[in-house]
Amino acid sequence: MKVLVVDDEKDVQVLFEQRFRKEIKSGEMMLSFAFSGEEALQYMKANEHEAVLILSDINMPGMSGLELLQHIKEKYEKPPPVVMMITAYGDDENYNQAMKLGADDFLTKPVDFNSLKEKLKTRIA
Amino acid sequence: MNPHLQNILNFIQQDENLTAEQKNAITKSLKDADKELEITAFKLDRTEKVKRTTAILLEETIEELEQKRKAIEETNSALQKSLEELKAAQAQLIQSEKMASLGELTAGIAHEIQNPLNFVNNFSDVSTELVDEMNEEIDKGNLEDAKQIAQDLKQNLEKINHHGKRAGDIVKGMLQHSRSSSGQKELTDINALADEYLRLAYHGLRAKDKTFNAAMKTDFDETIGLIKIIPQDIGRVVLNLITNAFYAVTERKKLQPEGYEPVVAVGTKKEAGKVEICVSDNGTGIPQKVMDKIFQPFFTTKPTGQGTGLGLSLSYDIVKAHGGELKVETKEGEGSEFIIQLPTN
Repeated sequence: MKVLVVDDEKDVQVLFEQRFRKEIKSGEMMLSFAFSGEEALQYMKANEHEAVLILSDINMPGMSGLELLQHIKEKYEKPPPVVMMITAYGDDENYNQAMKLGADDFLTKPVDFNSLKEKLKTRIA
Repeated sequence: MNPHLQNILNFIQQDENLTAEQKNAITKSLKDADKELEITAFKLDRTEKVKRTTAILLEETIEELEQKRKAIEETNSALQKSLEELKAAQAQLIQSEKMASLGELTAGIAHEIQNPLNFVNNFSDVSTELVDEMNEEIDKGNLEDAKQIAQDLKQNLEKINHHGKRAGDIVKGMLQHSRSSSGQKELTDINALADEYLRLAYHGLRAKDKTFNAAMKTDFDETIGLIKIIPQDIGRVVLNLITNAFYAVTERKKLQPEGYEPVVAVGTKKEAGKVEICVSDNGTGIPQKVMDKIFQPFFTTKPTGQGTGLGLSLSYDIVKAHGGELKVETKEGEGSEFIIQLPTN
């Protein structure tokens, strides 16, 4: 499964790579990273439909995660990738908006990696 | 008649050597002299009276003046007291303005601290797992793999340290902001200062208004190095200008919800003998008719309760106190640019 992680914090990459090192080693998962909404769109354009799952931060400078979500869900004619939103602001407003825009899941920071792994496994299955 | 003149007259009347004619003439002279003496005496008496009246009047005037002097003295000390009260009130206003701007930052600060703390927790969690895994590899005799994990562990510890420091720096910055200014100039990295306040202001606004978003652009001149400023004071100016910029783009977004991309930019530049910090936005701009009022205390275009009207006025004073200039360029409907110029010597 190919996963694109979008966050403006660069250390997210190291963290995810370590958290999923077993899955990466076994070839179960492949992680790519983008550090802004714009970069994520560029990646998706260059690697069309490669990522089946996108984990995006909401609160980023420039294009926000919600704008990215809207873009993905509106612009992709073929079944768009699964998009899970991750945010430090777990308020109703953010949640409702993400859901309205078609988010497949909504996680709050700090990310519970065990529950994230469970969720990803059910997505794969 | 004056008794001395009367004596002379008596002598002359009894004198037999004088003719009746002579006696008459002398008597007339004596009578005239007596009259003149009488007039002089009268005049003298009158002058004396005038003198006494004047003395009384003078005394009264002096008394009156003394009373007036006392009254003025009292007024003076009352004024002095009012002045002191005003100064105290001003100091209090400055402090509450500072606290108000800190209040606006609270959410941003919380967010900025939460992020590094998440990393601290996440990296320590994953490190615990890595230690277990490393022990397994050692038990299996896979020393190469164990070493690789040890390498990752070291990197994680560095990450934990880095993010811990990051959180610490934010708390330090917050304390510095709320503390009353030490008034001491310190060598300061203005690029780091501007960047920090930009992030805090951004997250503060994001936390208050979930729909808000703006592109932040930075253009820092890395050759500036350290410059001598009072960091808390200049920090407040930068924060104030950034908060205003975000307000201006938010207002424009309300007027123009479609096809408008809010942008707030912060940059620094080194010039001959001075450095510049520019805060620009593509917001509503400042109408010409309020331009000459924007640095006045208590002037605000914000709705009641949303602005103290002291931000720009205090900013202006702070920059002036640094021997610098606070300049503004604006076009209504297109945006504004505020430039802080600080001397480097």
